[in-house]
Amino acid sequence: MSNTIIKVEKLSKAYQIGQIGTGTISRDLERFWHTKVRGKEDPFLKIGETNDRSTKGESDIVWSLRDINFEVNQGEALGIIGKNGAGKSTLLKLLSRVTSPTTGEIKVKGRIASLLEVGTGFHPELSGRENIYLNGAILGMRKKEITRKLDEIIDFSGVARYVDTPVKRYSSGMYVRLAFAVAAHLESEILIVDEVLAVGDAEFQKKCLGKMGDISKGEGRTVLFVSHNMAAIKSLCSKAIMLENGLVKYNGEVESAVSYYLGGGNAETQNKRIFGETYNSPVFKLNEISLNTKGRPESEPLVEDQAIELVTKIDIKSQPERYHITYHLYNEMGEAIFSFGHSGLQLKQGTNRIVCTFPAHFFQSGNFSLALFVIEDNRKAIFIERDIITYTVVDGERQLGVYLGREPGYIKPRFEWKINES
Amino acid sequence: MKAQHQSEEWDLVIKGQTSLFDLKFNDLWRYRDLLLMFVKRDFVSFYKQTILGPLWFFIQPIFTTLVFTFVFGNLAGISTDGLPQTLFYLSGITAWNYFSDCLTKTSTVFRDNANIFGKVYFPRLIMPLSIVVSNLVRFGVQLLLLLIMMGYFGIKGADFHITGAIVFFPLLVALMALLGLGLGLIITAMTTKYRDLTFLVTFGVQLLMYGTTVIYPLSTAREKYPDMVWIIEANPMTGIIEAFRYAFLGKGEFTVGSISYSIAVTIIVLFAGIVIFNKTEKNFVDTI
Repeated sequence: MSNTIIKVEKLSKAYQIGQIGTGTISRDLERFWHTKVRGKEDPFLKIGETNDRSTKGESDIVWSLRDINFEVNQGEALGIIGKNGAGKSTLLKLLSRVTSPTTGEIKVKGRIASLLEVGTGFHPELSGRENIYLNGAILGMRKKEITRKLDEIIDFSGVARYVDTPVKRYSSGMYVRLAFAVAAHLESEILIVDEVLAVGDAEFQKKCLGKMGDISKGEGRTVLFVSHNMAAIKSLCSKAIMLENGLVKYNGEVESAVSYYLGGGNAETQNKRIFGETYNSPVFKLNEISLNTKGRPESEPLVEDQAIELVTKIDIKSQPERYHITYHLYNEMGEAIFSFGHSGLQLKQGTNRIVCTFPAHFFQSGNFSLALFVIEDNRKAIFIERDIITYTVVDGERQLGVYLGREPGYIKPRFEWKINES
Repeated sequence: MKAQHQSEEWDLVIKGQTSLFDLKFNDLWRYRDLLLMFVKRDFVSFYKQTILGPLWFFIQPIFTTLVFTFVFGNLAGISTDGLPQTLFYLSGITAWNYFSDCLTKTSTVFRDNANIFGKVYFPRLIMPLSIVVSNLVRFGVQLLLLLIMMGYFGIKGADFHITGAIVFFPLLVALMALLGLGLGLIITAMTTKYRDLTFLVTFGVQLLMYGTTVIYPLSTAREKYPDMVWIIEANPMTGIIEAFRYAFLGKGEFTVGSISYSIAVTIIVLFAGIVIFNKTEKNFVDTI
């Protein structure tokens, strides 16, 4: 039996952009006249515009969210992903009742605790212990509830030694630890978490994710989690919705939502970049990096079952024998897969066209990104640029009847196999 | 039928339009611990890292009384209804300060707390209520000062006496607090859109003090400006301060009519304030 705990129906939120100031009284009166007295539709809310940041709309009203519908079941961890400005934060604000929707409604069972920021309401002059009480109360806990959990909270935060020191003397890491510890011990049925994990060290981030996993899986509570870290979303959530320009573009399993976001949603992949004067140093000038399926132009997609060429055009201004270039390959999670370079082959003075060929069937379909390093004397990187080019490898044609899904991993090198040979 | 059954179960429905008079008092009650927490925070943070600490609560009324005694009592020679000047001004200042603190501090609630309001939900009314309660502590300290001075002048044999109207003291305090709160709520709700009001409040409260019987008794005003005295009488704080003075010092106009008028105005202002405040709190994050 599905147990819906949050139901969002036709939720929309409009914002007014530009100046709010002069003329608001007359405008408010006009608005009041139209909507309340004459019972007409609000003339300042034009219908049918989507929130696209890059084009200028006709009215000053922008729809940050537009007819959003979704449901969350109890004990589910739902990831919310999307580019900046897609409406994620607005959705969280509506869910946590910081602001109210323009139209539509959200129905909720149980208490909601939201963590849009760590340490909201922390007062610098108060001690850690006093702030636990204050912050806990702001987040909706009763005093006796906090007292009952105080030891647990202090223990989780790992700042026991400083708990009677004013928090203004805390390091930022300690501050965040204490704040998250309070929030993690809320007893609400629903926990909403914005990207608060960007702070704190790796160990504590792991602890936070672990705690959130416990909350949703172990305790059967519901977690809504917004993050740009796809690995965190994937490891914590089972389902995800992807927002784009205020609309739900995808709602379903987390794997598909993430790849939809990184693939279709992110149109910033391109197979060729011409740099002009961007990277012009006394030693070298980087002209162009491009990728193409062997024998095809760059404008065509890169196909997994064919050889792919990576072409680098670079001018070396002096002493070419001292330099070589190295690439690091990253997957869509931002994890390094391997590094590769042309060590052994020498560059020449002037323009070089360096071609690296990946054999057919080397990449899995997916998104990749390259980081470029220019190395001096085999030991010193004189130039490092992450994400210098981002590209997508698409599925090649497969015979009917074979497995059509995506295999795990990011590359599938072909090794030499032998069967029944001695 | 099952669907209908389920729709009954929602604990909370968040939507755009709600009734104007849905004042969410039970929500407020659930967060009562937070109110006390805020009061404690205000108090502790007020005197942390100061040398004189809570003594600062005394210094302001003492100096104001000295200045008033000199300027209005001696220089201008305004009557104090036969009361010792110090007691007359101090009683007025103590009462007026509580009212004006409640008003000015609640009038900036939205602006001062935009950050915290923008990040987490709790009944917004908690914040102004906590301000009123925090100020009560300050008022209590200043009242103590008044009582000490009354003791001193009593020993010296000055002409004043506490009257039976003292039983209305809690009512008077509540009226000052709620009237200040109500006005503050209206102003803070409006300043989210129209910042101009902020400037109005700072000097408006000062001017209003001269329209209240803080530095002169109502009887003198009536004597000198019989045609204009209705302005002062129309000020709901006049009735409260006169009653306050009558209760503690035995001089002042304390009538059922004047106090009923103050009560009525307070109730209307407070109710309007809460309604406007609740209406604003839902969306103010978008405009501030």
